[in-house]
This record gives sequence, C-alpha cells and structure tokens, in this order.
Amino acid sequence: MSNAQIEIQLIASMVAIACAIPGTFLVLRKMALITDAISHSILPGIVIGFFITHDLSSPLLIILAAASGVITVILVEFIQKTGLVKEDTAIGLVFPALFSIGIILIAQNANDVHLDVDAVLLGELAFAPFDRLIMGGTDLGPKSLWIIGTILLITLGLLFTFFKELKVSTFDAGLASALGLSPVVIHYGLMTVSSITTVGAFDAVGAILVIALMIAPAATAYLLTNDLKKMLSLSVFFGVSSAITGYWVAHAIDSSISGSMTTVLGLVFLAVYLFAPNKGLFSVLYRQKQQRIEVSLLTFLLHLSNHKEKEERHVKHLNEHINWQKVQSKSVLDLALKNNMIKIDDDIVSLTKKGKKFTTKAIDYIITNKNSEIENIKDRFFLFRG
Amino acid sequence: MDVKEYIELVFTDYTLRTITLGTAVLGAICGMLGSFAVLRKQSLLGDAISHAALPGIAIAFIIIGTKNSSAFLLGALISGLIGTFWIRGITSKTHLKSDTALGLILSLFFGFGMLLLTYIQKLPNANQAGLESYLFGQAATLLESDVWLMVIVTGISLITLLLFWKELKLLLFDADYTKTLGFNTRFLDILITTFIVIAIVLGLQTVGVVLMSAMLLAPAAAARQWTNNLAVMVILAAVFGAFSGVFGTAISASHNNLSTGPVIVLVASVFVLFSFIFSPGRGLLFREIRFRKNRNDLQLHKTLSFMYNIVKTHQDITHPHAIKILNNFQGFTRKSLQKLENKDYVKIQGNMWSMTESGYHTASNLYNQLTKEEGNE
Amino acid sequence: MNNKIAVQIDDLTVAYNYKPVLWDIDLSIPEGVLMAIVGPNGAGKSTLIKSILDIIKPIAGSIQIYGKPYKKQRSLVAYVPQKGSVDWDFPTTALDVVMMGTYGSLGWIKRPGQKEKKASLEALEKVGMLAFKNRQISQLSGGQQQRIFLARALVQNASIYFMDEPFQGVDATTEKAIINILKELRKAGKTVIVVHHDLQTVPEYFDWVTFLNVKKIATGPVKDIFNDDNLTKTYGINYKVSVQQ
Repeated sequence: MSNAQIEIQLIASMVAIACAIPGTFLVLRKMALITDAISHSILPGIVIGFFITHDLSSPLLIILAAASGVITVILVEFIQKTGLVKEDTAIGLVFPALFSIGIILIAQNANDVHLDVDAVLLGELAFAPFDRLIMGGTDLGPKSLWIIGTILLITLGLLFTFFKELKVSTFDAGLASALGLSPVVIHYGLMTVSSITTVGAFDAVGAILVIALMIAPAATAYLLTNDLKKMLSLSVFFGVSSAITGYWVAHAIDSSISGSMTTVLGLVFLAVYLFAPNKGLFSVLYRQKQQRIEVSLLTFLLHLSNHKEKEERHVKHLNEHINWQKVQSKSVLDLALKNNMIKIDDDIVSLTKKGKKFTTKAIDYIITNKNSEIENIKDRFFLFRG
Repeated sequence: MDVKEYIELVFTDYTLRTITLGTAVLGAICGMLGSFAVLRKQSLLGDAISHAALPGIAIAFIIIGTKNSSAFLLGALISGLIGTFWIRGITSKTHLKSDTALGLILSLFFGFGMLLLTYIQKLPNANQAGLESYLFGQAATLLESDVWLMVIVTGISLITLLLFWKELKLLLFDADYTKTLGFNTRFLDILITTFIVIAIVLGLQTVGVVLMSAMLLAPAAAARQWTNNLAVMVILAAVFGAFSGVFGTAISASHNNLSTGPVIVLVASVFVLFSFIFSPGRGLLFREIRFRKNRNDLQLHKTLSFMYNIVKTHQDITHPHAIKILNNFQGFTRKSLQKLENKDYVKIQGNMWSMTESGYHTASNLYNQLTKEEGNE
Repeated sequence: MNNKIAVQIDDLTVAYNYKPVLWDIDLSIPEGVLMAIVGPNGAGKSTLIKSILDIIKPIAGSIQIYGKPYKKQRSLVAYVPQKGSVDWDFPTTALDVVMMGTYGSLGWIKRPGQKEKKASLEALEKVGMLAFKNRQISQLSGGQQQRIFLARALVQNASIYFMDEPFQGVDATTEKAIINILKELRKAGKTVIVVHHDLQTVPEYFDWVTFLNVKKIATGPVKDIFNDDNLTKTYGINYKVSVQQ
C-alpha cells in the first residue's frame, strides 16, 4: 500500500464516521430526505464561496456553503408552514431550484471557476492526496484530511457533550421541551452539523455519496438494533468498512471510488435487509407465517370455548364455516392436538384443561392490550420454538 | 437577438424546433402526471425514481453496446420500477420509514449507476454512449424521433387519464371508499405509478437525473394554487410545464453556456414562486391582505358593539354621547370613528356622536351572532 | 322492524400485522335497525365495519349481506368513512364529492351524467348543503364536511349504511341534522350501523346497540341491554352512565 492509498482510505473512513453520526439521528427523526436537499443546495454556496476565496478548502467557503444548507432547511420549513403544498413537496421544490442556480453560476463563469459539476456530485477522492497542506515548508498531509478531521472532531465533541439531549429530543420531543431542552436549538444544531459535514465531505466523495453515507449505514444499523448507542457504533462500523471495501473494489475494477463505495453500502444494506435476525425480510416473512398459524390456532380455540353447541364444534363445521384463508384448518387442528389443547371424540372437538386455561389467559391478555404479555404466554404454551 | 427573430428561428432551425417541441411536450406530460404525484403525497418518489433509473440506462448500454434511446428508456423504466417497488418493500416489511427508504434507493441506485458509468467510460466504444447527458440532461441531443416518442407517450397517458379519470380522482381522494365501491385499487395504483415512472424516464435525457423531480413537482405545485378543481389543475400544470419548457429553451438558447435543464427548472420555480405569492385564493399576498382586512373589520365591530352597549341603556337610541367616553375603549381611534360614520352607522356632531338606526341594527345582529357562537363552542 | 337479517357475521377474526383486533365475532344485525357500535378505543369498531366492507381481509370467519357475500351485494351498501381519513385540501367541490357516491353504480369508465347530478343535488339538499355545492371542500367547517360525506352515502341509495364516527368533531346543529336523517332512513326500512363514541346519547339516538371490545360483549335492543353491567364489561372499569330516556 502506498502512502496515497493509506491517506485516501483514512479520508474515506473519517468522512464515513462524520456522516454516520448525524445520519443516525436524521434517520431516527424521519428526516433522512433533508440530506438529499442539503447535499444539492449547498452548490450555490460553494460556487459563491469559491468566487470570493478561490480556494475550495477555505474555511470561509465551508461556512458559506453550510449556511446555504441551513437556509435550505429554513426555506423548506417556511413553505411547509404556509400549507400551500404538502410535506415533502416543499423539499422537492427548493433543492432543484438552488441546485440549478449553482449549475448556472458555474457554467456562466466557466473561465474563472475551475469547478466541475460532475466532481461536485461524485467527488474526486483519488486526487485528494495531491492537494496538500504545507505550512512553513513542512508537509502536514492532505488538506481534505485536515478539513474532515476538524469536522469530525467537532461532531464527536458535540455528540459526547449533548448525547443526552439529542437522545431525549429524538425519542420524545415533548419530554425534551418539558425538561427545558429547546427542540428548536437541537433541531437547527443538527441541521448545521449535517450541512457542515456535507460540505466538508462533498469535495472528497461528492454530494450523492454523502447522502448514501448518511442514510445507508444508519438504516442498516436500525435493522439490527433499537439501542441508540449500539446503532451509532454499528453505523460507524458499516460506514467505515464499506468505505474501505469500496476503495479496494474500485481499485480492482478501476472505477469511480464513490460509486463503488455506494455500491458496497447498497450490498451491505441488501444483505442486512434480507437476513437481519429480527427485522430482516426473511425473518419477518417467517414470523408472519408463524403468527398466522398462531392467530389461527387462538381463533380456533376461542371458537371452541365460545360455543358449547355440538354442531359448532364438529370437525366438518370448522372446515367450512370458519372459512380459513391460506391456513388450512387441518394444520391448525394438528397443532392443537400436538399441544394437547383439544381432544376429538366422534368428530366433535372440545378443549382440554390446558386448552381452556390457555384460551382464557389469551383473551384476557389481548383485551388488556399488552403486546409483551402475549409474547410471554405464547412462549409458555407453544412448542413452535423447539 | 430579439423575440421576433427567435420565434422565426424556432420555426426554421431544425435543432431549435426539436428542442422547443420536445421540452414543451415533456413539460406538459410531467405537469399532468406530476399533479397526481403531488396529490398522492409522493412528491419525492419522483426524485428517487429518476436516480434509480441510472443503472438501468448503464446496463442497457452494456448489453447492446451502442447508443439507442429506446433501449435506454426501457432500461431506465425497468430499474425505476424496481426502485419504486423496493421502496414499498422496505416501508411495508421493515420499520424503516418512507423518507429513509427513498433516500436509500436514491443514493444507492445512483451510486451503482455511477460505478457502471465509470466502467463504461473505459470501454472502447464509450465515447458514443453519450451517457453523461443523462446526469444533467442535454436537450441538444434530442432527435425528432425522441420527440415523436414523447408525443405518443403523452397521447397514451392522456387517453388513459381520460378513460380512468373518475376512478383515479376517487382513488386520490379516498382510497378505502374506492375499494368499497368495487374498484380494483391495486390496478389503479399500479397504473398511475407506472405512468409517473414513464414520465420521469422520458425526461431524463432532457432534464437529467438530478433535476427531473422538479419537472414533476413544480408545475403541479404552481397549478394547485390557482384552482380548486382537479381537471383544471391538471390542465394548468400541463400548461405551466409546457411554458417552462419553451421559455427555458428560449433563455438557454439565447445565451452562451446555459444548459437547458437547469434553466427549465428555474423557470418552473419562478412559476411556483409567483403562484405562491400572487394566487388570489391561496396566495400569501392576498392571505395577508385578507388577514389585515379581517383584523380591521374586527376592530371596527368591537368599537361598534362597545357603542351598542352604551346606547342600549337609553330609550332613544339616537341620543348623542360624548366622544370622550370612547377613549377608555382599547382599539378606538379617530380613524375608526370616521369609518363608522362613512358606513352610516354613527353620526358625529362636534364632540358628540350618536348611533343611527342602521348602526343599531347591525350592532345588535353582530351581538347576537357573537353570543350564539360562544354558545356553540 | 322485521325478522330479516341484514348482516350476518360468523366467527369473524381479524388481525393487523397478526395482532388480533377482533376475536371470533358472531353478530346478526336485523333489517331496519339504527344500531350503535360502542366500545373503548382500540376495541376494533372501525375494523369491524371495514371487514364487513371488504376493505380489510379477515383471518377467519364469514360475512354475509342479505345471505350473500359482500362482493355480490355492493349496491346494497353505503359507507361513510371517518372524516379524518381523507385530505380535505383536495382540489374538488362539495357537489363533486357527493357525485362520487354514484361512481359505484356506474362501474368502470362510464361518466356521471345529468341523472347522477340530479340525485347528488337532491342528496345535498337533504343534508342542508345545497347552498354550498360549489364550495371547495377545505372551506367547509367540520360539520359541513361530515354532511357532505353523509350526502355521498345517501346518493348511493343503499339498503344498509355504515358510518364511522359521523358525530366526531361536528357542531350540535349538524349532530341533530345527521341523526334526523338517520332516523328517516330507518323509517324508510333501511339498516343503519354507526360507530359511536358518546355513550350519553345512545338511548336517545339508537334503538339497537352492539358492545364491542375485541370480543363481542352484547348485542340487542338498547332498552334491553344498554345497562351498567354491559358497559362495565366493555369498558373494563366500573362504568356507570346516567341513562336519560
């Protein structure tokens, strides 16, 4: 591995971490799409900043661009408040307009501005190690590394200082304001951090990968845990590992680094989406099938306990009258028999003692509406799971 | 170049005519179908779909190896639809919310598309692909055959909208009710979604992946402000869309270095801004004027009922009173008294005022209304 | 009231995401009653109506409207959804919404004509909203919106009317107007089934009542079964309601 390669991976990893942290909160706050808006609408800020500073890594440019991100958020919220259009239409109206202004500004000043629109969208990570910060004759490393490092440090500092506040306001905005934590301050704080991170990262990885790095690791982590701390560390892990893997994939097939990182992020998400233990697609489908049988069984038992008449409890009646969909009455009957909940005499089904007890309990729990307790009694009575 | 020259040029110059027609038709179909997307609260679905279409275009090129708009369209359509249905899969089967699902599909598909594009750039036949134009759109690459395709698709979607107008309106307003009346809502849903995806895919070559969603939203959002009738809204959105296309093309053609896509989007945004502010029914300006007028009326009414309470105690309602006693009442000014006199509710003589018959009548009506309203709440 | 059964429900079980919300419901609704469905929040009242109308697929059980499944009897049934279930900022007028009630009998593609318009105007008049026919629906008050919904159901000219909380968020005048129309419908021999929240008004408004809380607690004439015992069974706590007849 050459020095440049190590530096690229270092930059990519730091960008991934800096994105994953605000991204986690944005996903939890159902505001993921605001990253889409910010990442596009910082463009005019960048261009104007570039006119002034002529230096893509100048702090003034970063502040100007981040300000245009925050302005976007304010503009979107203002339009939403007027009630003239529905929720997300406001986002969809604001960012293309600002992005268009950015593109036109670039095109109009193509001779003075050496800004490539493609680069804004896709980033030029491969060139990042060549733009170095040199102070007093000593080479301090790539500029991007310093920029993103500073942003990451600030983000981490804010995260550790305000972790409790962020957590409370994310999960219970009402409680947060009752505790005297202003939701507005935290909201705009988060928006500012997201904007700054987006600006800091765009030049390395491009606007689109910033969206991917903010949303995908957090969404992937959210499929695996509900615990905020675990979710944060998992997003960081997914972000960094996809960034590094993506780099080597790009290296191997000689393609765009940010494209390949996004693709790896996509594959990781796809894998977790399909196979996550509790919330993955297969597990959800399997559980739904199981629940369908369980609910059918409960329905069946309840029917038995509701009806003392013999004709209502005849095997034939159960087949026809209950009118099962999808689940066959036979499998339910077998399951109930296997669990010793019913007995069949002369084609008339009746509940056993165990069946009666279970049914009464189940009804009680369901009427008092406590999900956890239903799961609890299922575990006690059912033999599905082993 | 002045306007007249430009219009002549539109009719004589092949390229300009093609672009103008193409962007006009595109604006119209996007406005039309965009109205449905906006009313279904699927505004940003368009953004996700247009990004999701990119890998489809790239794969189509890899498979057939040459530039072919129809093949690209088909590829874009398939990958756009995959994206759309995956978004639904994510929101229905996991606890991830729609904003996360949209953002995920948007960025992941686009990233994958970029990976494929950089791969294609290294192929020997890459330079004829012209795939970069799909990022920001290049109206200049429009051919007459592309415009014909747009016209045909617009025609088909227009016919479909007209055929199923009643059903689609019902679905948009009240999906459950639609079901109870015996209409197949799943069919209607797939129908309208497919047409929205088609409109987006059609626009990619001209406006580009990044800005396509604005083409869909902006004309519809502007049109909504001017009417309370769905049919009028759809037509207006088509008109706004078409004008955005024509004006945008004109502006970009008469300047150097102005790509058509962003200009069209900006023109459409101007339509939106104008509508938000100046529409008579919903616009912010008239809303503010109405708000002020109501506030003034309310103040006037309050003054009048204050006077009414004084007058009520007298046998003769036109008995004059000193203006001085009104000074204790908040909101009373010389101006409001003048207004009341102009309305012939009161008469002023020197330092005294007296209520007229009509003033008394109005005031007692107001008073009754006020007490009734309070009783209802 | 006669002995004909308008709606027959047997062993109905419904679950949302496989969490049961209705359990083994057996219910016969006789023709010509004005029935309230009462129960606490989350008792499955709306779900019951939605399953009868085939909006939600049940896990088990059968539902018959005059002896046949709903799919064959659509024309006999009208539905008033909860007011909050639609977007009232939708660009359409009061008359237009009422006309939607005629779409079912028109079937696919066919457009409403003069006949449908006339029927809709009559329905609007019946609910006292004729003057507002061209008003944009967002400019109507909550009570007026509810009347529009009622008119839309009236225009369906059905035998059985299902209404999901028609009195929610309406003013006193509208409430009276709606209940008068419902009573008229009953007089005309129609069956009216209403999800209802306000227990105080049950004896005044309805002649039939069903207590529901996941299971069916009781069903029958209001004068026979609307008592503290059933209320307590339904609402869990020791429920007392001062029944004013």
